[in-house]
Amino acid sequence: MVDSTTVLWGQTLAYTFYVLAIIAVMGWFARRVTREGPSVVRPAFFYAFVGLLVALGVTLHLVTYFTIPWKEMDMHRASITPDKVFEIGVADHTFQLPAEKLQIACHDKVLFNVSSKDLTYGFGLFRPDHSMVFQMQVVPGHRNDILWQFDRPGTYSIRSTEYSGPAGVGMIVKDAVVVSCPGH
Amino acid sequence: MTFTQTLLNGEQGAFKPASLTPMQKMILRFVVVGLVYYGFAVIEGMIMRLYEVGPLPTVTDKQFFAIMTAHPLVGIFGSTYSIVFGAFLFLVPFLMKKPLWSLRLANATCALLGVGTFVFWFAGFLTHYAPLYTLYWPLPADFTQFSVWGGTFFILGIALVMLGAVFFVINIFKTITYTPAGTSGPGAGALLASALGLSGLRALFSRGKKEHLVSLPVAAIARGTVDVAFNAGIILFTGVLILVYMVAALLGHDLRRTAIDALLYKNWFWWGLDLVADGLVLIFVAGTWYLLATMITGKKLFMENWARAALFVELVVSWTVWSHHLMSDQAQPAILKTVSGEMVTAFELITQGLAFFITLVTLWSARPLKMTHPLRFLLGGLLGFALAVPAGIMQADLGLNRILHNTQWIIGPHVHVAVLVGLTMTLYSVVYLLFPIVTNGAKLYSDKLAVFHFWAHLVGGIGMGAFMGMAGLQGMLRRALYTNGEFSGLMILAALSGSLLLFGFLAFFYNIVMSIGLKGVVGIFTPSRVKTAEPVAAV
Repeated sequence: MVDSTTVLWGQTLAYTFYVLAIIAVMGWFARRVTREGPSVVRPAFFYAFVGLLVALGVTLHLVTYFTIPWKEMDMHRASITPDKVFEIGVADHTFQLPAEKLQIACHDKVLFNVSSKDLTYGFGLFRPDHSMVFQMQVVPGHRNDILWQFDRPGTYSIRSTEYSGPAGVGMIVKDAVVVSCPGH
Repeated sequence: MTFTQTLLNGEQGAFKPASLTPMQKMILRFVVVGLVYYGFAVIEGMIMRLYEVGPLPTVTDKQFFAIMTAHPLVGIFGSTYSIVFGAFLFLVPFLMKKPLWSLRLANATCALLGVGTFVFWFAGFLTHYAPLYTLYWPLPADFTQFSVWGGTFFILGIALVMLGAVFFVINIFKTITYTPAGTSGPGAGALLASALGLSGLRALFSRGKKEHLVSLPVAAIARGTVDVAFNAGIILFTGVLILVYMVAALLGHDLRRTAIDALLYKNWFWWGLDLVADGLVLIFVAGTWYLLATMITGKKLFMENWARAALFVELVVSWTVWSHHLMSDQAQPAILKTVSGEMVTAFELITQGLAFFITLVTLWSARPLKMTHPLRFLLGGLLGFALAVPAGIMQADLGLNRILHNTQWIIGPHVHVAVLVGLTMTLYSVVYLLFPIVTNGAKLYSDKLAVFHFWAHLVGGIGMGAFMGMAGLQGMLRRALYTNGEFSGLMILAALSGSLLLFGFLAFFYNIVMSIGLKGVVGIFTPSRVKTAEPVAAV
C-alpha cells in the first residue's frame, strides 16, 4: 500500500520538475523580452491558459483522492468501525498514553482519539529517521480522532506537532507505537 | 566627490530634501520606517536560521520563540504595511490626479505603524511573550508561561498598528470618492462602484464599451483595502478579548479560559489572518504588477476587463478561503475542509495565475524592453509567486496536508518564497521605479550594487525556501527545535541562503544611503517648505 514515504517522494519529484520548468520559462522570458521579435499574443492563448489552470486545480484533488489511501478513509472515518481504539490524553505538555507501548497488528484499522485538557497541541507519528507518518491538531474541548491502517512493521515515536509555548518543546514519547506483522 | 561627501550629501549631491513636496516626504518616511523594520526582520530571521543549525550561547529557547513571534509581525506590519501603505497613499492621488484627502492622517498612519511595531517588538524582546502570531486559544492567555505585562504591551502595540491601518483605510476611500472643492466629478457612489469592481463586472457582460472611472491599479488598491479594514477589525476584536483576560489577571482574577471555544476562535482568527495572507497581499500584488507593467511598458494592460474581474473574484475568495488552515483539525466540519479548504483555495491558482499571465503578456507586447532594475525585480516577484502559489495549493489538499501541515514545507517553499521572493521583490521593483519620482531625480549610487542585490535576494530567497522545504518533506516541523542535529545539513544550507538575503539587503541599504546621503535621510523627516497638495511639484 502507498504510505507517506511514497507520497512525499512523488511530491518531491513533481514539485522539483515544476520548479525547474518555471525557472527555465522565466529565464527564457527575461532574455527574449529584451530582444526584437513578434509581440502579439492572441486571446485564444489566454483562454487556453485559463482552462489549464482550472484543469490543474480540479485534477490535483481528484488524483489525491484516488491515490492517497488515507484521504478517503479520513473523510468517512465516522462510518468505519475501528479494530482498535487508543484513548490518549494531553495535559501540562505531557502525553498520557493508555500503555507504555501501543501495540498494533498489521492491517488493523486503529483509531487514535486524543483529547487536550488545557492547550492546543498536535499529535504526530514519526519514524526513527524523523520522517512523518501522519499528524493532526489536538484542540481542547473537541474530539480529535484519526483513523489509520498500518501495513508494515515499525516502531514510531509520538511528537506534538503544534506549538504550545516553550514548555512544549520536549513533547516526544520515543518508540511509543509498535506495529507487528506476522511473518516479518 | 569623495566618499565622505557622497555619504553626507548623496550621489552627485542630486538629492535635495528642500525641494520635496509634503507628499514626497510622506512616502519617503514610510519607506524609511519599512526598510528599518525589514532590517529587523532579516536579522531576526538570521538568528533563527542559526539557532535551527545549533544552539547559540546567547539565545535561550524562550528567546527563540519570542523572536519567532515578533518576526512575522515585524515583517508584515512594520515593514510591508509601511512600504505598501506609503506607496498607495502616494499613488492613489497621483493616479487620480487629485490631492490626498488628509496628509495629516497619512503621517499619523506612518507614526502609528512605526511606534506600534516598536512597542510590540520591545515587549516581546523584554519579556519573551511568545504565543506566536497564530495565538491559538488559550495560549495567549496562558500566564503560567508568559508575562501578563509583556502580553499587555504586546497587544497594545498591535492595536496601535491596527489603528494606523484603520486610518489608512479611511484615507484611501475618502481620497477615491471625494471631489475636491471647486471641481466637478462623477459622484462618490459611481467612483466607489468602479473602485470595488461592480462596474467592471458589468462591463464583462456588456457589449457597449464604457470607460472605467477608476484606473485598474486604484481599483486593486481599493479592493485590497477592504480586506485591510476587515483584518484590522478582527485583530482589534481579538486583541480586546485577550486584553480582558490580561487585565483580569493583573487585577487578581483568573477568568475561565474554557469560556472561549478554541476551535471557533481558531476559525475566527484564521478568517481574519487570511484576509492578509490570501487577501490583501495577493490583491495588492496583482494590482502592483499591473501598475508596474503599464508604467514600464507605457502600454495598455492585456485583457483589462478580465484582470478587473479576477481581482473581484480574488476579493470573494479571500473571504471564503480560511479553512485550508484547519485541514488537520479533525473537529472542523468536512464540508468546510472540502469547499473552503480545497476548492476555494484552488481558485487562487486561477486568480493569481491570471495576474501572472496578464502581466507577462503586457510586458511582451512592448518588446524589446531594456532590462532595468524595476523590470528585473518585477520578473523576480512574478517568479516568486509562480513558485509559492502551487506549493500552497498542494498543501491545501486533505491527503497531502496530513503529512505537510506544520512542517518546514509550509513556511519554506510557500510562505517565505511568497513573502521574500514574490512580495518583497515586487516591492523592490516599486522602490526602484518610484525612486527618481519621489526624490525629484536623485541618482542611484551604484547599478552594480543593485544588480548584486537582485541576484543575492533571488538566489538566497529561493535557496532558503528550497532547503527548508526539503527538510519539511523529511519530517522537520516548523515551530519546533531539533537539538540533536537531526536536520543540521539542510539547516546549514538554509542559513547560508539566508545570509545571501542579508548581504543583498545590506547592499541595497548602503546603495540607498549613498544615493540620498545622511543629510538627505535627516531632511526627509523635517517639515516640507514646498506649499502644494500635489504629489509632485510642478516643473
